[in-house]
Amino acid sequence: MQPSNDRLSGAWGGPESAVDHRDAPVGASADASPSPGYDDPWYDALASGWGESAGTGVPEPAPPSMRREPAGGSPRGAADVYLEVQRSAAFQEVRSRYRRFVVPAVAAFFVWYVAYVVAATTAPTLMARPVAGAVNVAMVAGLGQFLTTFLLTWAYARHARLRRDRAALELRWETQELTRGVRGGGS
Amino acid sequence: MTGDHQTLALLLFSTFVAVTLAITTWVSRKRQGSAEEFYAGGRLFSPMENGFAIAGDYMSAASFLGISGLIALYGYDGMLYSVGFLVAWLVVLFLVAELVRNCGRFTLADVVAARMRERPVRIAAGTSSVTVSVMYLVAQMVGAGSLVALLLGGTTEAARTWTVIGVGALMVIYVSLGGMRATTWIQIVKAVLLLGGTVTLTALVLVRFHGDFDRLLRTAAERSGHGEAFLAPGLAYGGDWTSRFDFISLGLALVLGTAGLPHILSRFYTVPTARAARRSVVWSIGLIGGFYLMTIVLGFGAAALVGPGAVRASNAAGNTAVPLLALDLGGGAGSTGGTVLFAVVAAVAFATILAVVAGITLASSASVAHDLYASLRRRDAKPRSEVAVARIAAVGIGAVAIALGLLARDLNVAFLVGLAFAVAASANLPVLLYSLFWRGFTTRGAVWAVYGGLVPSVVLVLLSPVVSGSPQALFPGVDFQYFPLQNPGLVSIPLGFVAGWLGTVTSREVPDEAKHAETEVRSLTGAGAV
Repeated sequence: MQPSNDRLSGAWGGPESAVDHRDAPVGASADASPSPGYDDPWYDALASGWGESAGTGVPEPAPPSMRREPAGGSPRGAADVYLEVQRSAAFQEVRSRYRRFVVPAVAAFFVWYVAYVVAATTAPTLMARPVAGAVNVAMVAGLGQFLTTFLLTWAYARHARLRRDRAALELRWETQELTRGVRGGGS
Repeated sequence: MTGDHQTLALLLFSTFVAVTLAITTWVSRKRQGSAEEFYAGGRLFSPMENGFAIAGDYMSAASFLGISGLIALYGYDGMLYSVGFLVAWLVVLFLVAELVRNCGRFTLADVVAARMRERPVRIAAGTSSVTVSVMYLVAQMVGAGSLVALLLGGTTEAARTWTVIGVGALMVIYVSLGGMRATTWIQIVKAVLLLGGTVTLTALVLVRFHGDFDRLLRTAAERSGHGEAFLAPGLAYGGDWTSRFDFISLGLALVLGTAGLPHILSRFYTVPTARAARRSVVWSIGLIGGFYLMTIVLGFGAAALVGPGAVRASNAAGNTAVPLLALDLGGGAGSTGGTVLFAVVAAVAFATILAVVAGITLASSASVAHDLYASLRRRDAKPRSEVAVARIAAVGIGAVAIALGLLARDLNVAFLVGLAFAVAASANLPVLLYSLFWRGFTTRGAVWAVYGGLVPSVVLVLLSPVVSGSPQALFPGVDFQYFPLQNPGLVSIPLGFVAGWLGTVTSREVPDEAKHAETEVRSLTGAGAV
């Protein structure tokens, strides 16, 4: 299945549509297409297949009137699916695992790199202090940058492989099942 | 430079060109002409293949010749480049590679446009991608010109001009005929050649010093005439505060620019999944890290064995340090070993330039056809095949880069690459990170982020000492230099981020929660990815 870029841009309309729909009365759009979600087969799939990956994984299906999508067939459903998935505990677990690793790691290596560059340009005497033989602090720091880069790469790959890949893949198939179910009629 | 060098080097180089041309025709024999095939090579490369190709795309002549040369001349300060070029890959690995693979199809604009009003965002991101690519291309063209001057001995202007034109023309042929598949194979072949050459030279240097790195450093420091200062920072950038800020600016541009380079981003679309994209980045970090570690040995080796005096006498910017080192390691001038090694190194460096030019030409032609042409053409116009437009764009971009390369032929290659990195970090990275991670990001914010980084970085380059007001400038005769730093990164990168934030908070557009949800879910799970 193709990504939604093209089909969405058609249905979601031209330049102004994104703004316009925000202003449209919510109730009107709900009336125009009465809750397609509950009649569709994907809704059952959602209820049955979800909770396996996480204990509290059953997503809270928000009532259709709370959503603010444009009236119309398939895009409405597809957008709903992504919102549902985003709110599901399984997805939030994957996201928080990703963030819990990436945010501290990015902060750490960026601070360490900037400190290295700033020290190299502002504190050459400190950097020139010998450590062992001809090797000085600057050389150790430079090689240390290489070492930390390799270590962080290894740690990230390991973390992603063990903690994220399986859950993300399950979510991927589930999400695609759901969007396929929604779009089946329209496309 | 004796005739033997030239003949052998030209022979080896011609072999490389012949082999890559054969690859191009072979892989394009059953080409279907789809966009998927042309931009992404069918998306079926393995992580290892793509890792080699990424490394091939990234290890340009600026790294091979430029960094080693800088180390040979300025000692430790040259090493700072190696570190920046490598650490930058952590940004790519952590924040960009997998998410971009999941969300986009061919270009950077795909990722941003999925959440926003498509037309303005595509035009903005397409413009900045093409700008970055052309700047990077110019650097490679200039490198090709200087290298052939070295290779052919004479510095006749006509020879350099025709080399630049020849390199450009050859690449346009590769790209427009072979698309991403041929380009990827060229990168792989080139990466293997370059790594093979570097490993050989490094081993020879270490054998010469009996594996004693400490003695290598001591000899280099002694020979340089600077003593211990050669091994500490400050020789090149330790002068006044302007040059120190210039270095910090360059350091920032190097580490943040890689994640915004269009030809690097487009490489992630050649593998089937985000997991494969991650594994290809891990491969490329291993290859690139090993390569930069070896350039450090080569640089200090050149300082120790050839001596900065001899390096400087051959090329004031140090670009010939590695070929001269090869000559020395092979047994000195006149010996067979020296001749062979020198020719091999020169041919590898030339192949490097060709391959990098191919990668960038392809990425920028994708931006022109997929983003700019698709957004700007009149609605009622007959939609021409996107791939046909991309082929024409490759020719056009090649022509522009050749012209600019001829104009800028006296500028330093590594430095030109630094400018391209600064523009990429200012214009492409903020919009990319905001659209991946910021729930409230809006169309206006995206457009402002791109132009708010692109315009200041380009204007500051124009007002910098690079373009005017100094003897080495592009236009030494005139003086409109109002900005002291050579690299604009320190100012323009924060400006890009601030502009994106400002555009978002001042726009009345309500951020679309559903689209944000879609981007977030797709980027982290790969749902709906092609």
